[in-house]
Amino acid sequence: MKNCDVAVIGAGPAGLAAAIEARKNGAQKVIIIERNNEAGGILPQCIHNGFGSVLFKKDLPGPRYAHEFIKQARELGVEMIFDTMAIDITPNRKIYATNSRDGLLEIDSKSIVLAMGCRERTRAQIRIPGDRPAGVYTAGMVQRLVNMEGMLPGRKFVILGSGDIGMIMARRLVLEGAKVIKVLEALPYLTGLRRNYVQCLQDFDIPLSLGTTVKRIIGKKRLNAIETVKLDEKMTPAAGTEEIIECDTLMLSVGLIPENELSKKAGVLLDPLTGGPVVDCDMQTSVPGIFACGNVVTIYDLVDYVSKAGFIAGKSAAMFTAKNTESGGTIDIIPGDNVRSVIPQKLKTSGLLESVSLQFRVSREFNKSIAIYIKENGRIVKKSVRKYARPAEMLEITIEEKELKGINGQMQVQVAPND
Amino acid sequence: MNTYDIIIIGSGIVGSLTARALSRYDLKVLVIEKEIDVGMCPSSANSAVIHAGYDPKPGTVKAEMNALGNKLWHEIAPELGIEHRETGSMVVAIGENELPVLNELYERGIKNKIPELRILSKEEVKLREPLINPDISGALWAPTAMVIDPFGAVLAAAENAVTNGVKYSFETEFQDFIFEGGRITGIKTNKGDFFCRCVINSAGLYADEVAHKAGVRKDYKITPRKGSYMIFDPARFVINNVLFPVPSDKGKGILVSTTTHGNVLIGPNNEPCENKEDSASTASGLNEVARGAKKLIPSIDEKNCIAIYAGIRATGTGDRDFIIETPKEVSGLINLCGIESPGFASAPAIALRVIELLKETGIKFNENPKFNPVRRPKLHFHKLSYREKEELIKSNPAYGRIVCRCEEVTEGEIIDAINSPVPARTYDGIKRRTWLGTGRCQGSFDIPRVIQILSRELKIKPEEVTKKGKGSELL
Repeated sequence: MKNCDVAVIGAGPAGLAAAIEARKNGAQKVIIIERNNEAGGILPQCIHNGFGSVLFKKDLPGPRYAHEFIKQARELGVEMIFDTMAIDITPNRKIYATNSRDGLLEIDSKSIVLAMGCRERTRAQIRIPGDRPAGVYTAGMVQRLVNMEGMLPGRKFVILGSGDIGMIMARRLVLEGAKVIKVLEALPYLTGLRRNYVQCLQDFDIPLSLGTTVKRIIGKKRLNAIETVKLDEKMTPAAGTEEIIECDTLMLSVGLIPENELSKKAGVLLDPLTGGPVVDCDMQTSVPGIFACGNVVTIYDLVDYVSKAGFIAGKSAAMFTAKNTESGGTIDIIPGDNVRSVIPQKLKTSGLLESVSLQFRVSREFNKSIAIYIKENGRIVKKSVRKYARPAEMLEITIEEKELKGINGQMQVQVAPND
Repeated sequence: MNTYDIIIIGSGIVGSLTARALSRYDLKVLVIEKEIDVGMCPSSANSAVIHAGYDPKPGTVKAEMNALGNKLWHEIAPELGIEHRETGSMVVAIGENELPVLNELYERGIKNKIPELRILSKEEVKLREPLINPDISGALWAPTAMVIDPFGAVLAAAENAVTNGVKYSFETEFQDFIFEGGRITGIKTNKGDFFCRCVINSAGLYADEVAHKAGVRKDYKITPRKGSYMIFDPARFVINNVLFPVPSDKGKGILVSTTTHGNVLIGPNNEPCENKEDSASTASGLNEVARGAKKLIPSIDEKNCIAIYAGIRATGTGDRDFIIETPKEVSGLINLCGIESPGFASAPAIALRVIELLKETGIKFNENPKFNPVRRPKLHFHKLSYREKEELIKSNPAYGRIVCRCEEVTEGEIIDAINSPVPARTYDGIKRRTWLGTGRCQGSFDIPRVIQILSRELKIKPEEVTKKGKGSELL
């Protein structure tokens, strides 16, 4: 049996930031449980650049970004337990974990930060029928094989999904000597960041087919080919547009899902819109003393925002350890017109002293100027204008202390064209 | 050297249970299998139900084998440590029009001597299955039906057979018979010739072609028919019973059930195949399956589907009854042909019938003094209590390392699978034995780790690690 002040599940960017901030805010014994044998989460396999533009004003590769946090966590005396899988969390903050060194670990923690990240959507979730050969892989798995294990799992790739990992891996595979025949995207627009389209596809002459998906997988043992089909505006396959493409690997980059199996065991309330825990402005979940941050809460576009959420969760967890702060605010924040989901979903009436940043995604593409409205029961609290908005990019709006004064009813985030 | 008393072609459920039944006796038995593992064909991709037996036409071999097979499964499943759930099954009538069919099935069941059948009122069904279509009018309740882990069952039979002295030869493909006079004395395969006193043709989808090589059943043909299935995230919803719609001329219809592993399973439809190896699921098939399942459970949501696949039925010709025979034209052969549904449920009874037929040929059946009927169930880390987990990891630290996070499968279990009496040699072999990679992430997390473990344990290069045998290399 082990005791600690703050236990963090996952040593990825969210967990590291939370552990660091918990230590800085007075938590004495802070531990991180990590299933891999090193810290950084997905970052060590993200050897491309593009990390740190917000926090460090630099363009860093993933491992370098992670290093900043790993170094700081070590200096602050955060204990990291590697190669260890957390298998259960109880609502009264007991963690069961297992590894081959210590066997079954039982950890009682005064507060817990959930930072398990996300998993990738698979073939079955998008229901691609056909054979079940070797050679149909998710992008994150291919990235791990290529960048961490030094193994190339195919020679002729087709990539389904224009998400960031998909496009970055397209470039990576070309650099490793594989052929990337094309990238397919079912939606009529790009789902990843524009800069990745330019740097990873355009610069490497990799064609992108929008409004196209995989209809069928062909190959008894190893993938031989795929059949593609074009989709109309209603996302229905257009007959007669089928095409057979010979390839040995189909790489799927078709979205991420917050990984909340442990959260459910802990009794944490989940938001069906994000797939992650409902959190308040302190990143506290519906269960007192259990906090959550990063991709376990919602899928972020930039790691910098993941770290920022980790800072809040870590600080709040340390405060809870010191004096059991209340959980789950009383004011709901809900998505309005053209907004898919908002984080946090709750505001605390007792905590309305500092500014609060809301993060959200729009539900469709806006290529012209938009206005963001924060409303309380229909009354406009704040209006802010942006040049454009895309579902791929997360938007952030900060409500200042003075704007929060007097708010006690449901708040709504709305987006409309700025005419 | 290559001489046996009996050679069995095919390691599906019929071949493997026959092998196990024969291992009770002092006989030299060989099972040949063209694939790299047992039960790779229809025996592992099916509805996972041991049917009660009310469905087959009274008086047929199917009806007799199903009724006896079901009874035997209730003894064999615990004896062989096979995961199963004694759920019972319901044929659900939706709307008043379908209600009379239940009585027909009930009558047929009585003729087939199926015990404990009962017609349930709609209130009773709603109580047992709260998610059922509210338009339900009643159901036929068959308490002896059960859910089984189909691959686990084939493996258990094969492992018990091997432990009791049967030999399995994988990646061994039947090519022809060896005749001496009017008698079959052996078989030719890609791995050489094997000699024996009797060959058992349990080649499943290929049983017709094997029979033709013996010069018998020349007009008999097995037509492959495909059925697609969908598997759901167990966290989403649970069904208590096996639910069938009322049957049609296409078969028992699209069922809704919960596997021994806790996932809801729906399927199969019934559509033609291009050939006997065509187990590709189809978009139209999956849509038909989803539509069919929603007729019984309207709240099923395809979004929660975590796996899709298709299985192939070995559908015979004519009256489509099972063929279990010693052909008159040639000696030294037993044909088991057209063993489609309820073939799995019937398999233990078929194995006993084979022994009766073999006895008639004059082969001596002396007891195998070393026969042990019991096979211990496979260890599953995630099912243990915390104390048991603690003890297990102390005994072997490999059980402390979780390789598959969704299904909580440990490195220790993977090594066990590689070192078992019928060893796993591929990724799918490990998957079927441990449930690794069958969860929400479908292997995205574990595949790189399993490549390393298989490469290390089998002493092969990572590039040689396959999903399901040669040609399916993962890298």
